[in-house]
Amino acid sequence: MATHESAAHASHTHAAPQGFIRKWIFSLDHKVIGLQYYFLALTAVFVGMFLSLLMRIHLIWPTATLPFFGEIKPETYLSLLTMHGTIMVFFVLTTAPQGGFGNYFLPIQIGAPDMAFPVLNMLSFWTTFLGFVVLLAAFVVTGGAPLHGWTGYAPLSALQSAGPGEGLGADLWITSIAIFCIGALMGALNFITTTLDMRAKGMTMMRMPLTVWAWFVTAILGLLAFGVLLSAGILLLMDRNLGTSFFVPLVTVNGQLTGHKGGSPLLWQHLFWFFGHPEVYIAILPAMGMCSQLLSVFSRKPIFGYKAMVYAIMTIGFLGFMVWGHHMFMSGMSPYTAFAFSIMTMGIGVPSAIKTFNWLGTLMGGRIRFTSPMLFAIGFVSLFVTGGISGPFLAQPVLDIYLHETYFVIAHFHLIMGVASIFGIFAATYYWFPKMFGRMMNEPLAKLHFWLTFVGAYAIFMPMHYYGMSAGLRRYSQSTEVAYILKLLPIQRFITIAAFITIASQFIFVINLFWSMFKGAKANDNPWEATTLEWITATPPPHDNFGGRTPVVNNGPYEYSVPGAPRDFVMQTDPEIKPKH
Amino acid sequence: MGLVLLVVIWLITLVSTYFFVAKTWWLPAGASAAAAGIDHHFTVSFYLMGFVFVAAQLVLGYLVWKYREGSSSQKASYSHGNTTLEVVWTVLTTILFVGLNLASSSIWAAERFRAAEANAVPVEVTGMQFAWYFRYPGPDGKFGLTKPELEDASAGSEAALGLDAHDPASKDDVVSGVMVVPVNREIEVILRAHDVIHSFFVPSMRFKQDAVPGLAIHMHFTPIQTGDYEIACAELCGLGHYKMHGMLKVVSQEEFDKWLAAREAEKQ
Repeated sequence: MATHESAAHASHTHAAPQGFIRKWIFSLDHKVIGLQYYFLALTAVFVGMFLSLLMRIHLIWPTATLPFFGEIKPETYLSLLTMHGTIMVFFVLTTAPQGGFGNYFLPIQIGAPDMAFPVLNMLSFWTTFLGFVVLLAAFVVTGGAPLHGWTGYAPLSALQSAGPGEGLGADLWITSIAIFCIGALMGALNFITTTLDMRAKGMTMMRMPLTVWAWFVTAILGLLAFGVLLSAGILLLMDRNLGTSFFVPLVTVNGQLTGHKGGSPLLWQHLFWFFGHPEVYIAILPAMGMCSQLLSVFSRKPIFGYKAMVYAIMTIGFLGFMVWGHHMFMSGMSPYTAFAFSIMTMGIGVPSAIKTFNWLGTLMGGRIRFTSPMLFAIGFVSLFVTGGISGPFLAQPVLDIYLHETYFVIAHFHLIMGVASIFGIFAATYYWFPKMFGRMMNEPLAKLHFWLTFVGAYAIFMPMHYYGMSAGLRRYSQSTEVAYILKLLPIQRFITIAAFITIASQFIFVINLFWSMFKGAKANDNPWEATTLEWITATPPPHDNFGGRTPVVNNGPYEYSVPGAPRDFVMQTDPEIKPKH
Repeated sequence: MGLVLLVVIWLITLVSTYFFVAKTWWLPAGASAAAAGIDHHFTVSFYLMGFVFVAAQLVLGYLVWKYREGSSSQKASYSHGNTTLEVVWTVLTTILFVGLNLASSSIWAAERFRAAEANAVPVEVTGMQFAWYFRYPGPDGKFGLTKPELEDASAGSEAALGLDAHDPASKDDVVSGVMVVPVNREIEVILRAHDVIHSFFVPSMRFKQDAVPGLAIHMHFTPIQTGDYEIACAELCGLGHYKMHGMLKVVSQEEFDKWLAAREAEKQ
């Protein structure tokens, strides 16, 4: 190990770059790359949020003419939801927690000077960036962005004649996702190698912070899942442009034969969801790790059941690959397989429940400090429970008969995969901002942001359960055509108003972020009195993270309120304590 | 701050739960033989999951208030967890989730594992952008041949399905834009799609199944209440998805026979 380490370190003795371009644009420094990912995600989230706002307006006011946008036609609405989903899932929920915070803090938290492959790291960011540009280009080409939804079900996504946006727009959409997959694969490889090979002396696997565990398992999921999506995307491109028929059987559009025959629409769904379900955990696992971290720090207590948390992360990751069929109960797949997929899916509820219990156990007996990161972590637990509890409904084929493709599904995955993950990102931002920028964020503004977002998220997504219970269907651009759906319009009005307020309050966050970057109070090296390695180094950390010193780890990551210790926290690098239970 | 969190979390929980309990927005009354069983399982799931939801949120609110800094507590307790507790809640959760699943398996099996009865009323349901067509085999009990190259979507009805007039079995086929079925008879639904995936959803019947191009999916349901029920497309199928709806008319056997005979007569 020692020789290995010195070899790894030797390759990172490159001096800090001086020029602007090498330092901030084509940087090899994982911290700069982390920030690049973060700001890419920040840009993307505002684009995605703006699209959702347009959709919300159109849903309750279909005839409205919007500035810069004109009238929203049914196909425009479908383009908006396709792009909203794609941007949010790939360029926000996958990019910020893993690419952003993972890049910045994984090497520091394990005591490494950089990622294992800095050049690969730079390439993976710029590949992701290119993917985003290609995706946005779909808006401006003839026919506009595709209307097939973020899941891109074939044959709708495979036939140019199936609707507006299914021409060049759809090609760009698939190309963008394929590019993103390549970036994500490179990133995953880097994360796994770094975690396995670059840990400082004494940083055993079971002394890694839960954030590192989450990023590590997420990277493994990414490595296995994105390759499948990449292949599926290439096959779809071939179906669209080279006349193959992987996903398209003999079909006619508007009575015209398309020339395809023999393909299977279900094959696309299998491939897509084989990626798509692990993707849910790619989005949520890092948020779980951050939340565990913060609950322990601000309760001033060791995390409840560290080992159980690690095993739960692994179990969730493992089972995540065996449940893709629960998206397909109504697809025409063999009804016998539904049993297996259903049992496995309910099985995932178990490690998820263990995590929730352990978060509550961490709070119990603590001395809770209500800092803004802690508020978001507590909010995360609440949202995780609420979003999780609707899972066992959808996981049962019998109930899915009714709930499939209704707003109940939208409520479920937005709460658990969207809002809960975003809360993880917010918590992480408020928590690590001092380390990244050397200044504190404004606490009153941060708290105001929390309250508006927390209540707002519930106001938006809770009513969607009721809408779904009444069989209100998703991806309907207007509710005027089906009588029973028209009756549900008041719920949509309420949601739109709630969305307006919640989205508006996100500007409080942005203002706070940029204002604090330049004007915030100076932060010391360890403002939260936390124990992990990022808090032993300078603020912001030097180019090689630890200024030439290599940390030696003696303790676990969550030693708070240790009896007999001089302070209520023991750094991981402090002399080893004898743990007493 | 702890108290505010407690109040807000509890209030959100209370308000959210109220609308579920009051059933302000709920499933429409069930009108098929399977609906009672499905709805019962819905209710059981709501009680169990509702309990977990309320309990978890109440405990979360209580803990953050109780263990806030500055309250009477001196120092945080130094504990790395409790293995017994871990085992207890792991086992309990497993029993709850797996049990819930097994309890509903017989309903799923009855819905999807067996073929329609021999005396079921066959109706072929075809989805295309953006309409549903319903075909009845007529007195010969056989569906006539359809050919993709004969399809003329704009002409509607039989031409839209591409019905081959040269096939003797197609002579008495009836194609309708409205789905009419007799009450208290099992209906065999044969689902097809021409272009993209559609999904045949009748909320009142608790019935949903995707119609997939290239597949003929056989399903069945038994309406037990006469009346008009809305059919909605439940799979994104293109720009007209939101208006791809239809009507299911459940009538008495006599009315059904009369309607079918009238449509046969129109054809001749």
